[in-house]
Amino acid sequence: MQIDTIKQTILPALMQILPADAILSEQEDLHPYECDGLSAYRQTPLLVVLPSSIEQIQQIMKLCHQHQVAVIARGAGTGLSGGALPMADSVLLSLAKFKQILDIDPLARTANVQPGVRNLAISEAAKPHGLYYAPDPSSQIACTIGGNVAENSGGVHCLKYGLTVHNILKLDIVTVEGERLTIGSEALDSPGYDLLALMTGSEGMLGIIVDITVKLLPMPEQAKVIMASFDDIYKAGNAVANIISAGIIPAGLEMMDKLAIKAAEDFIHADYPLDAEAILLCELDGNTIEVDELIPLAEKVLLESGASETRLAKDDTERAKFWQGRKSAFPAVGRMAPDYYCMDGTIPRRELANILKRIADLSKEYELPVANVFHAGDGNMHPLILYDANIEGELERTEEFGAKILEACVAAGGTITGEHGVGIEKIDQMCVQFKTAELSQFHAIKAAFDPAGLLNPGKAVPTLHRCAELGAMHVHEGKLPHPELPRF
Amino acid sequence: MNNLTNDLQAQILAAYKNKTHCRIEGGNSKAFIGNAPPDSQASINISTAEHTGIISYDASELVITARSGTTLHEIKQALAENNQSLPFEPPSFADSATIGGTIACNLSGPARAYSGAARDFVLGSRIINGKGDDMQFGGQVMKNVAGYDASRLMAGAYGTLGLILEVSLKVLPLAQTEITIKSQQHINSAIKNINALSAQNWPISASVYLDGHLYIRLNSSEMNCLSASQAISQKINATEIADSKAFWTSITEQQHAFFDTSQSIARLSLPATAEDIEPGGEQLIEWGGALRWLKTDLPIQQLRDTARTLGGHVTAYKNYPQATEYFQPLAPGMHSLHQRLNKAFDPAGILNPGRLYKEL
Repeated sequence: MQIDTIKQTILPALMQILPADAILSEQEDLHPYECDGLSAYRQTPLLVVLPSSIEQIQQIMKLCHQHQVAVIARGAGTGLSGGALPMADSVLLSLAKFKQILDIDPLARTANVQPGVRNLAISEAAKPHGLYYAPDPSSQIACTIGGNVAENSGGVHCLKYGLTVHNILKLDIVTVEGERLTIGSEALDSPGYDLLALMTGSEGMLGIIVDITVKLLPMPEQAKVIMASFDDIYKAGNAVANIISAGIIPAGLEMMDKLAIKAAEDFIHADYPLDAEAILLCELDGNTIEVDELIPLAEKVLLESGASETRLAKDDTERAKFWQGRKSAFPAVGRMAPDYYCMDGTIPRRELANILKRIADLSKEYELPVANVFHAGDGNMHPLILYDANIEGELERTEEFGAKILEACVAAGGTITGEHGVGIEKIDQMCVQFKTAELSQFHAIKAAFDPAGLLNPGKAVPTLHRCAELGAMHVHEGKLPHPELPRF
Repeated sequence: MNNLTNDLQAQILAAYKNKTHCRIEGGNSKAFIGNAPPDSQASINISTAEHTGIISYDASELVITARSGTTLHEIKQALAENNQSLPFEPPSFADSATIGGTIACNLSGPARAYSGAARDFVLGSRIINGKGDDMQFGGQVMKNVAGYDASRLMAGAYGTLGLILEVSLKVLPLAQTEITIKSQQHINSAIKNINALSAQNWPISASVYLDGHLYIRLNSSEMNCLSASQAISQKINATEIADSKAFWTSITEQQHAFFDTSQSIARLSLPATAEDIEPGGEQLIEWGGALRWLKTDLPIQQLRDTARTLGGHVTAYKNYPQATEYFQPLAPGMHSLHQRLNKAFDPAGILNPGRLYKEL
């Protein structure tokens, strides 16, 4: 069907469901929706709808299903993998009006919220009860909980407190046919399959998330952070393993390399040591006794691992300053070049030295500088490749460089994405991480929820055809992937 | 160490071809969980018991990967040597219990409400689906969002989506000290107290309400445990019990006298703060109120209706010959979604058919 025909068919029907101001169809109104946080990819959607009730979402889904029109859900649009990238013939379903915190139960330690509620707003609302919501992606002031569920978002506290999947209890979804289903419960388990796990991180491919109940945790009585400097990044890597081997599970354990330190220091003046090759920020939290016991132990382990200096933030102000440098690392690096490209591979920590060496080699080969920030505690790396999109071919070169980093992560026993999702960005690297049978299984899962493929088409899981076409690019050790597929 | 991957795959491939129903079995320690297999249907047993061995374990990575037939005992021992443990404290029920069975049943012990369930610690799994495809989902890293979370989906699927070949689990350091305190309480105050305490920074790792007493376990450093024990004991008038470890083993392994009965035992999973449903029978309450074992003569349907109203569900755990479904039936939309999802993994319907639900 032609785009105009689709529009003419469903626009009048949508106007029966939604008030006029909840439908955007003019070019200038559609522009703000043409990309998410991965702004290198842009596409204007056919229409944007902004429903304000679950019933409206159900009607929209029924209508689009009836006309076989694709639907792409969108939260705050902060995603970094293009998961909310529109298609020219699709309806973009914005959850922006679902902003209410419906209930906080301090005794049960739960919050029932609408999907458009911002991540940080949950913790702010829970604060008077001494509670908070643990997963804290760096975009938490803007990103929504619905998007967090769709991407299984992480943050700097995952090693101790888990990802989104560990911190939600119940979801209501609207299926592609417009049916409302409840998944999970306020109890600790539910009969049947763990659909809560399947929905979390499914990138809008299986259903529209319309209601969420999250777990809340008691706010730590105390949090303290140590900054350790190293003259060698590999010593910093070993220090991470030694901390964990000592039986310490830090609330956050972050690493930055020299370029990232410099960028952050120039930007924030966090008092980072500019002569260090790497720094580690090691945060311990919990009750006062626990933290006071563990801090000297952690300092001892860091020094024994070769730290040239350790500094304990003397108060909450200094602690916030140490963290501000880390949390501003992306924009800080962004000041060093016109553009940067953020990767999200995860590796077993023991592979850190090898991967860093590989990145350094690739950086020379592609003549593009890289700053490394790293959730060291859980092996999730964010190499930031600096480039200039105005120089012809440099974006392509950057993407190729990034793809090679991700392939190295897979080869090291890791994954192409730790927390940003596959979206459109890493769809080709899925062919490297998964075999044909596994990709086929993903397609079968998708078909169980959405047989016609109308929810967020083209994202997260590549077609076997796409992988076969890419085969030539990814010859590994002389072996062509997917040799079982016919080629012409 | 024994790798039967090829054998197991060949057995499932043959069964797929011939549409033979398969009963997947590990240590056969949890055969009582789930619907009994139908007598009429011809089926073969596929055993993972000899598919054994810890494939990798690096304590500083906090990850262990083992073949499904590896006994829980062997895994717990290997971890204990490095001062680590499976944080979800799985029960064994028998020495033969395997890690594959534990994950397939998503079994967690007393620590569940405080550390998480078996499913929370699954990082990756290698499985054979009902078509005989050998597949790896997830991996050995803490953070991994590539593809749908099919590895965690295996937890609690009772082998109906695939035979688990290998599983990678996150592990955590063992706490230095353990103290258990006990306080006489009315059931509803016990539920309220344990939830209120859980909203604060105490190192609580388990709770049980039994015979009119609330038991709270603390796990942390010695100083932290002692200080918490003192403070909580003052608040709720509690005293320390003598043999903490033995007490919690009796709860985890269901060796406590409560479970020694020919009466029906229902497993109620409820929102933790739900008030006592006053069932008239003896109860043992775990997980801060979220898990309630009930010795009862009440019809299962009546209990299920009550639980549903409260936002929970009921499993016909033991001695329920009259229950038509072992697990609480699903709402119609969820049931058909389960059937489609099951078909996506097992199109011929040969893997443990009926164990989870009669029509699955």
